[in-house]
Amino acid sequence: MSERKIRLGGGAGYSGDRIEPAVDLAKRGQLDYLIFECLAERTIALAQKRRLQDPDQGYDPLLTERMYRCIPECHQRGVRIITNMGAANPVAAMKQTLEVCRHLNLRGIKIAAVTGDDIPPQHIPPDATLLETGARFETIRDRVISANAYLGASPLIESLEAGANVIITGRVADPVLFTAPVIHAFGWSMDDWDLMGKAVLMGHLMECAGHVTGGYFADPGIKDVENLADLGFPIAEIDSKGEFTVSKLPGTGGQVTEATCKEQLLYEIHDPAQYYTPDVIADLSHVTIKDVEKDKVRLQNGRGKPRSGKLKVSIGYRDGFIGEGQISYGGPGAEARARLAGKIVKTRLNEHAGYDDLRIDLIGSDALYRSNRGSPAPFEIRLRVAGKASDRELADLIGREVEALYTNGPAAGGGAMKSVKEVIAIQSVLIDASEVKPTVHYKTT
Amino acid sequence: MKLHEVAHSRAGDKGNIANISVIVYRQEDYEMVCQRLTSEVVKRHFQDIAIGKVERFELPQLGALNFVLYDALGGGVTRSLALDQHGKTLSSLMLDIEI
Repeated sequence: MSERKIRLGGGAGYSGDRIEPAVDLAKRGQLDYLIFECLAERTIALAQKRRLQDPDQGYDPLLTERMYRCIPECHQRGVRIITNMGAANPVAAMKQTLEVCRHLNLRGIKIAAVTGDDIPPQHIPPDATLLETGARFETIRDRVISANAYLGASPLIESLEAGANVIITGRVADPVLFTAPVIHAFGWSMDDWDLMGKAVLMGHLMECAGHVTGGYFADPGIKDVENLADLGFPIAEIDSKGEFTVSKLPGTGGQVTEATCKEQLLYEIHDPAQYYTPDVIADLSHVTIKDVEKDKVRLQNGRGKPRSGKLKVSIGYRDGFIGEGQISYGGPGAEARARLAGKIVKTRLNEHAGYDDLRIDLIGSDALYRSNRGSPAPFEIRLRVAGKASDRELADLIGREVEALYTNGPAAGGGAMKSVKEVIAIQSVLIDASEVKPTVHYKTT
Repeated sequence: MKLHEVAHSRAGDKGNIANISVIVYRQEDYEMVCQRLTSEVVKRHFQDIAIGKVERFELPQLGALNFVLYDALGGGVTRSLALDQHGKTLSSLMLDIEI
C-alpha cells in the first residue's frame, strides 16, 4: 500500500496577492487543500475600521473576487479552502461567501467561520506589558481599535472534522492555516512536539506563496529567475511522518530550489531554535534542505518543544497622522537644490510646534539607508519630507509646504505630490491561552 | 570583495526588529563569511539605521547566518516615517558589505 500524502497549495501570501496562480493551482494542482494567507500585522485594525462604519464589512477586500474565481474549481475537484480572509469579521465573510456560492449555483458547500480571536480591551489587564516598548497597556487603552489573539489550530481542526469545505478565520498564527489540515488528516496528537514542529516548518515555507517559488528572489546576472512574469505558487506534499517537499506546477514561471527555500525558511525568524507559535515552539535550527528534482525540494529535521501556553495579542490603536510631500529636481546641481528645498520646508514647518519627528529624504540618494555612502550624485533626486503629528491639519501642512516650493523654493522643482494618512500602530501583549475561547459557526448552501 | 559576490539575503520585519539572512552560494565560502561577517561588522555597517544590538545565529548545515537587528525600523513598521517602513531593502545594504 502506498503511503498516503496530503497536498496543500499556497494560494495567497498577502491580502493583495495575485489570483491567477491560485486558480491554476486549484485546476491542476491535484490538491486536497487550497490556502489563502491574507493578514499582515495591521490588516485587522484597518478592517475593524471598516466594520465600525458598516457591520457587514470588515473582511478582506478581495474575498469576493478570490472566492468567485476559486470556489467553482475547488468544488468540482473536492479541494477544501482554508483562509484568514475573515479579518475583523469572519461571520460576514462567511455570509458573503455563501452569496458567492448561491450566485454560482453551487449546492452542498459547508462554510465555517472561526471567531473568538477578538479580545475586548477590558479583558486585557491595564498593567500588561507592551512587548515592543515595555510600556503599560493603559497608556494606549483609550485609542485601541482592535485586539486579536493569534489562535492555534484547534478550531480549524474542529471545523474540518465537522466536514466544512470552506473555513474562514480572523487572526490565527499564519502557519496554522497549513498545520490544521495536516493534523486533521493524519490524526496527529497535538502534544507530539516534533510533529507539530515539522508541520509549522511546512506552514512557514508555504505561507508567503510566491516568496518560496522564486518571487522576491531575482537579482539579474547573479540570481536569475525564469519567466517571473508567470510566477507559479507553491505546493507542499506531506506524509504521515511529517516529511514533505515543496514544488510548483509544471509550466509555470519561477523556481523552487534550495536557495529559495533557505531564504523563506529564515524570513521573519529571529532565533531559529525558538519560533513561537500557539501550538508549539518550533525549532528550525537543524533543518536540512535538499533538491530532489527540478523545482522540487525536500525539507527535513523540523523539531518542536512544548507550547508556552501564552498567546500573542496584536493590538491596533490610533497613533496620530503622518503627512508627506514629495517633489523632484534634476540635472546639474539637482542634489544641492533638493537639499536646500528640504531645509526651507523644515524651517517653515518648525514654526509650528507639534511634530514628533520630521524626516527629510533625498530619494535616489539617502532615503533607504540614511546616507549615500559616498556614491556620486544622481542625475535626478526626489525630495521627500515626512512627519508625524497628533492632529490631521498639522500633518496636512507638511505636503502643503512641499507643494509651495513651486513658487517659494529653489529653481526647477517638479512633480509635487502630497498625502496624509492616519497612523494605525500595532503593539502586542501576551495572555493565557485559557482565556481565549474560539467558536465555530456554520452555514451550508 | 562585496558580500554580494558570495551570498544572497532576505530581510524580514517584526515590530521594530529586522532580521536579515545571509546565505552563501557555495558551502566552501561559509567559514570565511562566518569569520568576517561578525555582529560587530554588521552593527557598524548599519549604524545609521539600527540603534539597538545585533545578534547572529548560525545554521552551518544550510550555509546560512541570520542577523537580528533591534530598534532598526524607525520605531516600528506601523509608525515609521521611513519610505521603506518594513526595511525590505536592508538585505541589499547587507550585501554591500566589503568582506
